[in-house]
Amino acid sequence: MAIIINDKTRVVVQGATGKQGSFHLSQMLAYGSKVVAGTSNGKGGQTVEGVPIFDNAFAAMDAVQPDASILFIPAKGAKDAAFEAIEAGIETVVIITEHIPVHDAMEIMAMAKAKGTTVIGPNTFGIISPGKCKMGIMPNSIFLPGSAGVVARSGTLSYEIVYNLTNSGIGQSTVVGLGGDRVPGLSFIELLQQFEADPETDSVVLVGEIGGSAEEEAAEFIKTMKKPVVAYLAGKSAPPGKRMGHAGAIIERGKGTLEGKVKALTEAGAKVASLPWEVPALLTGNRV
Amino acid sequence: MKLFEFQAKQLFAQYGIAVPKGKVVNSPEEAAEAAREIGPAVIKSQILSGGRGKAGGIKFSDTPQEAADAARSILGTDLKGFIVDTVLVEQKIKIDRELYLAITIDKGTRSPILISSAFGGMEIEDLPEEKLVKYTIDINLGIRSYLARDLARRLNLSGGLAEQAADIIVKLYKLLREKDAELVEINPLVISGDQILAADGKITIDDDALFRVGDSVPHTEERTELEQKAAALGISYVQLDGNIAIMANGAGITMATLDILKHYGGSPANFMDAGGGAGVEATAKALEILLSAKPKAILVNIFGGITRCDDVAKAFSMVKKSRGIDVPMVIRLVGTNQDEGVKILEEVGINSYRTIQEAVEKVVEIVNG
Repeated sequence: MAIIINDKTRVVVQGATGKQGSFHLSQMLAYGSKVVAGTSNGKGGQTVEGVPIFDNAFAAMDAVQPDASILFIPAKGAKDAAFEAIEAGIETVVIITEHIPVHDAMEIMAMAKAKGTTVIGPNTFGIISPGKCKMGIMPNSIFLPGSAGVVARSGTLSYEIVYNLTNSGIGQSTVVGLGGDRVPGLSFIELLQQFEADPETDSVVLVGEIGGSAEEEAAEFIKTMKKPVVAYLAGKSAPPGKRMGHAGAIIERGKGTLEGKVKALTEAGAKVASLPWEVPALLTGNRV
Repeated sequence: MKLFEFQAKQLFAQYGIAVPKGKVVNSPEEAAEAAREIGPAVIKSQILSGGRGKAGGIKFSDTPQEAADAARSILGTDLKGFIVDTVLVEQKIKIDRELYLAITIDKGTRSPILISSAFGGMEIEDLPEEKLVKYTIDINLGIRSYLARDLARRLNLSGGLAEQAADIIVKLYKLLREKDAELVEINPLVISGDQILAADGKITIDDDALFRVGDSVPHTEERTELEQKAAALGISYVQLDGNIAIMANGAGITMATLDILKHYGGSPANFMDAGGGAGVEATAKALEILLSAKPKAILVNIFGGITRCDDVAKAFSMVKKSRGIDVPMVIRLVGTNQDEGVKILEEVGINSYRTIQEAVEKVVEIVNG
């Protein structure tokens, strides 16, 4: 089962002939993802690593019916590429691109909502259902199939957490990156709902950070969950008013502090780790 | 990118939103000159922060002499961490009522949101929820005039004032969209007789959209010299006040590295996300930026994914050989090509650790003794 993507997912890579696109296409193939197509305007008919390239998402849809798309398109063209994927009828669009203007992101989300498309990102490391399918830029070696769901805002920090889980023998059902931008396609709540409903997931790890109120909103849902939730949050030492790398990681006008998030999650019944390597123990002490 | 009040007002005026008559000056003499033209005036320090009034950054004058004195007392002072080098000399206006009006980005609904209140003038955070009027805006529809008129009604305006307010709302939204703004705020929006004016304003432009709106908006620079240098290399770097320089790859893990360092009693000198997939050259330049801030030690936390450990190690080895590294350096290195990386570092006499815990304990021991 896992969530959103599984061993049946047919993947198209948009921007497949670029440096990033072609490298990660080969990495995803190596992991075992079913990459059925790539797109690159004007390069239809070519192949990358044996995968057929089409001019656009419409042509790919006509020929090989992908379910999910992953975008390696520079920020200036990302909105158009996302629109193209949504319009072509692709169900899930993963946007790796960072620095997409926030107005473009809002337009993408509005169109996705109207068409019923799931958008992951922008500025995400992607999504992986270990042993089944990887759509993203994460290292292939650190994941272990299992039953802990992981949802994170940040890439390398979630690798750190997953690495700790895997070394402790705790496998993962699906690991999802929401992305570090101001307007992400999915929120913690939407992922928590899916993990709660997924029979292959028995617990959830939430990796959050300062800025916005996504963790506080997630806490409201955690109150209603049966599966245990362990959280780790970054940014305790961040000064207010400074963007800590991610566009969304900023304490503005007293909002988005770590203390507020830890309090909300703890009160909702989640266990909050103060250090990343405490997560596995909190999880095993907590497993149903 | 935050804009100064006078820059925000330039954009308001450009979009047909009325603002008080004013002049931007840099000296007491110019302030007097401006006041002669304008009459009784408000002398407002121009800094990229709110709460200027309370901090003494806003003064009033009835004569050119008073304007000069006010400017003299403000210019060159440190207000909320900013040295004031510019003041706005602005016509004093009669205030009948103060409203609040802003449009910003709502993360929850992934849409623009209009927030307003019939009770303006104070910080919006201090207003109770029931005194706010909010509309989530469908980005495909924008603000239509019926919505603007309804809002004017809910702000208890009627007749000509309601029409003016509705017009301002439509124009403010147009400005938000066309200039890729994350925030446009008028506080207070002042009713002065039969006219409505933007008496103060804040605008934040999306940094990620400067490639397309950069030429049509005023610019400001809040970053330190090192921060600008890092940004030019595509590295996000924030200067902090501690003594241990930090480098990591990825925003989240960099924040976590700072937190862990503080947890063990260390004090970070900066936030530096050298980026995922940074190559040898970029990593070497990043290290040079850290060294130029003269820290007591450097802590590096690399979880190699697309970033290759051997590339990072080569960069450090290169810097060590070319210019020398005169402060202790503690490195945590795991992930892609880890063994090659560790070996390269050993060859130049740099030890590395496999867990962040060990690395942090070590660096704190070196610095704090």
